[in-house]
Amino acid sequence: MTIPELEAIAKEIRVDVIRMLVEAGSGHPGGSLSCTDLVTALYFHQMRHRPEQPDWPDRDRFVLSKGHCVPAVYAALARAGYFPREETLSLRKLNSRMQGHPDRHRFPYVEASTGSLGQGLSVAVGMALAGKAGGKDYRTYCVISDGECQAGQIWEAAMSAPRFGLDNLCALMDYNHIQLSGGVDEIMSLEPVLDKWRAFNWNTLEIDGHSFPAILDALQAAEQHHDGPTMIVCQTVKGKGVSFMENRWEWHGKAPSREEGERAVEELVNGG
Amino acid sequence: MSATATRVTFGETVCRLADTNTDIVVLDADLRKSTMTDEFSRKHPERFFDVGIAEGNMVGVGAGMALAGKIPFICSFACFVVGRFEQIRMAVAYNRANVKIVGTHAGIGIGEDGYSQMATEDVGLMRTLPNMAVVQPADAVETRGAVEYIAQHDGPVFLRLTRQKVADINDEGYEFRFGKAVVLREGADVSLLGTGAVMENILNAADLLAAQGISAQVVNVHTLKPIDTEFIESIASSHGKIVTVEDHGIHGGLGSAVSETVAELGRGRVRRVGVTEFAESGDTDGLYGKYGLSAEHISVAAMELMD
Repeated sequence: MTIPELEAIAKEIRVDVIRMLVEAGSGHPGGSLSCTDLVTALYFHQMRHRPEQPDWPDRDRFVLSKGHCVPAVYAALARAGYFPREETLSLRKLNSRMQGHPDRHRFPYVEASTGSLGQGLSVAVGMALAGKAGGKDYRTYCVISDGECQAGQIWEAAMSAPRFGLDNLCALMDYNHIQLSGGVDEIMSLEPVLDKWRAFNWNTLEIDGHSFPAILDALQAAEQHHDGPTMIVCQTVKGKGVSFMENRWEWHGKAPSREEGERAVEELVNGG
Repeated sequence: MSATATRVTFGETVCRLADTNTDIVVLDADLRKSTMTDEFSRKHPERFFDVGIAEGNMVGVGAGMALAGKIPFICSFACFVVGRFEQIRMAVAYNRANVKIVGTHAGIGIGEDGYSQMATEDVGLMRTLPNMAVVQPADAVETRGAVEYIAQHDGPVFLRLTRQKVADINDEGYEFRFGKAVVLREGADVSLLGTGAVMENILNAADLLAAQGISAQVVNVHTLKPIDTEFIESIASSHGKIVTVEDHGIHGGLGSAVSETVAELGRGRVRRVGVTEFAESGDTDGLYGKYGLSAEHISVAAMELMD
């Protein structure tokens, strides 16, 4: 898929995210929009997967550790053909498969139920480890948030992946610099975060998380790295693509009103 | 009567099962010589993963491996692994990941190490989680059967094991039946329901009661979830006098599970014998004597139900 095609899909996914959140009346736009390009690159370029055979044993695995940003993943899975797009509008409604945070039993196209921050990377380590132990060559990808790197378990997982030689694991940190209550640097800074991952023996890269050429190059480099896991620190913008949401912590966990949603979609479609 | 620590039988059994079931993997958190996974680590090194002293990560890694088709036994002291309750809640129970959580060093019976290493809340915590089964075998043959069963049980299980040796209470031909209480001794006046390490004291309590002319039934409840409601209802509806005994706090464990069933039935009376405070260092018998789990304590509780 070409870069312009990926950019077009990412734009569609952002529109879907806004529409889903407007219908739901709640949810997390900021982080969903900041990780949209990463999720798009994974599902529409990098990962081996079969929408027509979701349980294909050799599929690459994806764990969204920052589970609250699942609207971006629902939208991507619908666009990829896993299920009808209309269903995404049932997000967060009673009896919907589109849970507020991913639930693999209600919705089997996600690999793991997540939503308690700090835990997803451990689960991804387990999937990668099972692949190694079982002689499988699938790769495991995990998107983590910046805020959840404040949790100790992230660093337990960080310590274990190189120890187990998991060159089949690639984590992407969605570094939008904002968490629920404010700036990451004000709440509990992660810096120097690249050095931290390097010190834990990860292959580390830092990229613009909204540049598809950069994302694809980094994912390619990670795949070609055969000495342990790779961490791609992705510099992103919270609320990316919607001017009134960008870099505003207020949009971490608040859905746009119908009117705000229309403005957001207008901006995304027509470039503001 | 010979005696074995149930953790030892676990270690032998999981090692043997892994010879033929190549999906079995074992994770440990730097306690392999205590959880008895050491033998597994040497016999099946390619399927043994020590995560270091990082039980939260172990829970998540185990869940990830299970979601990718493996059968992980994740092992530590019960208080440490169940202490990662929120990780178990999310990564194991909610995912319905086929993880076998093995908690050794259950209860105050571990002795000299003292309270920090004594799990007395673990059954209560694990019982609250949908999808989670809870099993506590009482002797060697039952542990063997329980581990064999658990390896092929489809879903998460918490297996609670002893550090100390426990006396054999079952015959060599004993067959483990998941979810079914086992009557060890018949009796018509009162039922003594126990689980795990306390069974020998319960049998001795039944002897003390017999000397007082009281006929006590002795029952081993190895499966704490799902609890054998059919059996509990049957005794609640007959003589209706039940004493529960466990090396666990009286909140959340066997006593609670039995009380819940009896309360909903609206018939029968229950007296709970269990741990009610933070225990201390000491020897097992001394601790059971001081904290209310001796044969004498159990027989007194039964007498109180006699009116």
